[in-house]
Amino acid sequence: MIRTPLRPLARVLEARDNGDDPALIEAENKRLRHEAMRDKARLRAEGRLLVLGAMFFCAFMTIGIRMGALASSEPEEPRAAVAGNPIIGQRSDIVDRNGRILATNLETHSLYAHPQDMVDPEFAAAELAHIFPELDEEKLLANFTGDRKFLWIRKQISPEQLQAVHDIGSPGLLFGPREMRLYPNGPIAAHILGGASYGREGVASAEVIGVAGVERFFDAYLRDPANEGAPLELSIDLTVQAASEQVLAGGMSIMNAKGATSVLMNIDTGEIISMVSLPDFDPNNRPPVLTTGDQSDSPLFNRAVQGVYELGSVFKIFTIAQAMDLNLVNPETLIDTTGPLTWGRFKIRDFRNYGPELTTTDIIVKSSNVGTARIANMIGADRQREFLNSLGFLEPTTVEMVEAPTGKPLLPRNWSEISTMTISYGHGLSSSPLHLAAGYASLLNGGTRVQPTLLRQDTVQTGDRVVREAVSTRSRDMLRQVVERGTASFGEVAGYKVGGKTGTADKPRERGGGYYDDKVIATFASVFPADDPQYVLIVTLDEPVESSGDEPRRTAGWTAVPVAAEMIRRVAPLLGMRPEVETLEPIGVTLTSN
Amino acid sequence: MTEMVYGTVPVVSVDPIIPRWWRTVDKWTLTCVFVLFGIGLLLGLASSPPLASKNGLEPFHYVMRQGFFGGLALATMLVVSMMSPQLVRRLAVIGFVCAFVAVALLPIFGTDFGKGATRWYSLGFASLQPSEFLKPGFVVVTAWLLAASQDIGGPPGKTYSFVLTVMICAMLALQPDFGQACLVLFAWGVMYFVGGAPMLLLIGIAGLVVMAGSFAYSNSEHFARRIDGFLSPDVDPTTQLGYASTAIREGGLFGVGVGEGQVKWSLPDAHTDFIIAVAAEEYGLICVLAILALYTTIVVRSLMRLMKERDPFIRLAGTGLACAFGVQAMINMGVAVRLLPAKGMTLPFVSYGGSSLIAGGIAVGMLLAFTRTRPQGEMEDVLMRRIGR
Repeated sequence: MIRTPLRPLARVLEARDNGDDPALIEAENKRLRHEAMRDKARLRAEGRLLVLGAMFFCAFMTIGIRMGALASSEPEEPRAAVAGNPIIGQRSDIVDRNGRILATNLETHSLYAHPQDMVDPEFAAAELAHIFPELDEEKLLANFTGDRKFLWIRKQISPEQLQAVHDIGSPGLLFGPREMRLYPNGPIAAHILGGASYGREGVASAEVIGVAGVERFFDAYLRDPANEGAPLELSIDLTVQAASEQVLAGGMSIMNAKGATSVLMNIDTGEIISMVSLPDFDPNNRPPVLTTGDQSDSPLFNRAVQGVYELGSVFKIFTIAQAMDLNLVNPETLIDTTGPLTWGRFKIRDFRNYGPELTTTDIIVKSSNVGTARIANMIGADRQREFLNSLGFLEPTTVEMVEAPTGKPLLPRNWSEISTMTISYGHGLSSSPLHLAAGYASLLNGGTRVQPTLLRQDTVQTGDRVVREAVSTRSRDMLRQVVERGTASFGEVAGYKVGGKTGTADKPRERGGGYYDDKVIATFASVFPADDPQYVLIVTLDEPVESSGDEPRRTAGWTAVPVAAEMIRRVAPLLGMRPEVETLEPIGVTLTSN
Repeated sequence: MTEMVYGTVPVVSVDPIIPRWWRTVDKWTLTCVFVLFGIGLLLGLASSPPLASKNGLEPFHYVMRQGFFGGLALATMLVVSMMSPQLVRRLAVIGFVCAFVAVALLPIFGTDFGKGATRWYSLGFASLQPSEFLKPGFVVVTAWLLAASQDIGGPPGKTYSFVLTVMICAMLALQPDFGQACLVLFAWGVMYFVGGAPMLLLIGIAGLVVMAGSFAYSNSEHFARRIDGFLSPDVDPTTQLGYASTAIREGGLFGVGVGEGQVKWSLPDAHTDFIIAVAAEEYGLICVLAILALYTTIVVRSLMRLMKERDPFIRLAGTGLACAFGVQAMINMGVAVRLLPAKGMTLPFVSYGGSSLIAGGIAVGMLLAFTRTRPQGEMEDVLMRRIGR
């Protein structure tokens, strides 16, 4: 390559020699260089302009093609889409232990409005107010003619309402698919299931979220698409639950109680077969939460889990069992029962005077406060506390409901000797009926701890040992005798060998200051069959009065026990238990085949 | 005698202005602009009555205004196109300085009309968007600087023009008006490209634009919402974009019929940013393709004519004007078909808007002035090039 020098030095020198002006030559050179540069720039610009022109042509072509593609596609129904992650509509079903449906989903429609698309807002508003009487026509019209572009009218409508709204014929009234949670059994197992409502709502779908009970506790599981719609299996037996509710409702009205609860629990697995709290509600139409007054008066209140009560003499068996486990007494040991037992300024009395001495078994059978308190004294506060803790009475239950932590037992602030004595017969410590069921199950199943559960289990729980197996057996025998010859004689159900313990506790006044004279919590804690225990049943009535006799009777033996007996009579066959009737000797005739 | 006393009358060596203009102007482009303006009026008849009735005015109020401003704009365009490039340059530089000051003073005296961006001066009877007038002036000044830098011993015009561009972009982005800022940046880029930018630098600038875009995305709510709306595959039909898509689909090939369209009742910007949707719905794909063809003709023809231009200033200024014009139309229509993210940009000569029309008139007038046929000394070039070799 030959480089062209920037300045024509040769010519400049020559011009100098000739005496010419070299500046002219320089200027000429500069002009030439400039021309050359411009030519180069112009050539380059020509190419680049061509590129630009082609690019613009292509861009406009693209827009044209795209416009053509768009124009030839079908227009969509205008529908407000939800940005972000879609709402997963399908919520898993909840089924009972036999696969019968407790909660499922139903396709319905929601109704919303696009006021700007309405042709005749006055007519639409009038017709809507006619179809949905609870809507206010003037308010609707104000919304339809105002600035609003979107308006929910109803979140759920029935097929009939859908048709009626459709017949209005307004293009501004639109329907969206909507899944609702349906509880086909109505109020049966209402407290367990809880209920559901809508979370995030879109036009195309809405999120169903649990608000209480297992629906809330297992909300994440029920909504998890990874389960592929596998239902949640509860330990509840729908038939037993229905029968229990029916019997309990009847008992509650006969005994004039203001509330009632029952817990039926498998003694080995801890599965809750039925759990009833009355009054109840329909989870399809949950009543509003009380804003004033005592929440325990609301039908939403689950007495079995949330309600903590001083449950009375049903606790005596724990004291006696612990004393036997510690070898302090045996069933035949005689205990001094002369009353009243005075401790400081407190006096402990029995319902009746049972004489100077009773055997340990008879203390349970006759339900002697004095005798139990004496035995508790032998045990001492620390050991009693530890024992009740091992049975789960000091902590909220771990049952799978969001309400469980609110059922926290109320304990004495100072576990003194007098507390020890009152707790031994079930006063001074408040716990829920579910606690009691778990405690009885743990004591009577051979002596290992059982945690209550609402999920179907296939295996027996193997918890920590609470008492020796022999103590468990002896406790069962005592409870059986209570029914056979003691305070719970109405509890006998032919063929099922019911054992149990009554408890009648005076209700404490609301603002402290002692107990009511005429309001009790009557409880019957039972186990059946007593020789090979399978189920524990707790029935608790709130303020029952049995008034068939001369004077009103409130003790559990007259109130809770007959209700529990009727319940066992109804549910034991449903649970597949065969009554043990005394087999007669075959009478002379021998049946032969072939 | 008279001549002896007063000297001879100087002989006019050139033709009268009008015939010369008619002979040299690009008549195709001129025709396209007139047709576009006619289409704009026609669509205004369809798209603006809802707005007029909403504001309590007579139905064709906005069409009348459009006609008035359009007339003014076309007159301006014709006058400007008759000027010589030198005169255009002088006036444009003065105009640029005025517009620059006006844009700079916007944060103090401007109003936002409740739209979230301070872009306008309220003049009582009309509003004025100074950034519209800034663009043609900016293009001419930049072209001048770039052309000057090509002279031996000329000023460093590339650097100066770049600094100017960045300043203007910053001012526009602060309004915020990212659309105009992008347009200004694009115009500069195109001129720089034609003016002989090194390839490597062009690639670098492209990267820079991407970075600036992502910065704006992460820092400006206004900007991010529009991009998100564009990126989400399902367009929400209650947004402007959704209505526009629906309108285009409804229109099909031949449209739903004159005055039968629905989209104008739903879209607040039916007469400005989304007028193409009105066109597509009422007159169908045919009308849209015709509009597209008109814009393509204007841009591509102007660029082809500029290829022959020898003067670097005229070449660059013409390129900048033609590209800014074309890109503005392209972005507007690209948004309606969702090829581009939503950006408030008018369709030149078709959309309603006084400032936009007159500024468009000035810009196209300049473009016409620059693309007029001039003696280019083609023989001479050929000879010179031979000598150079």
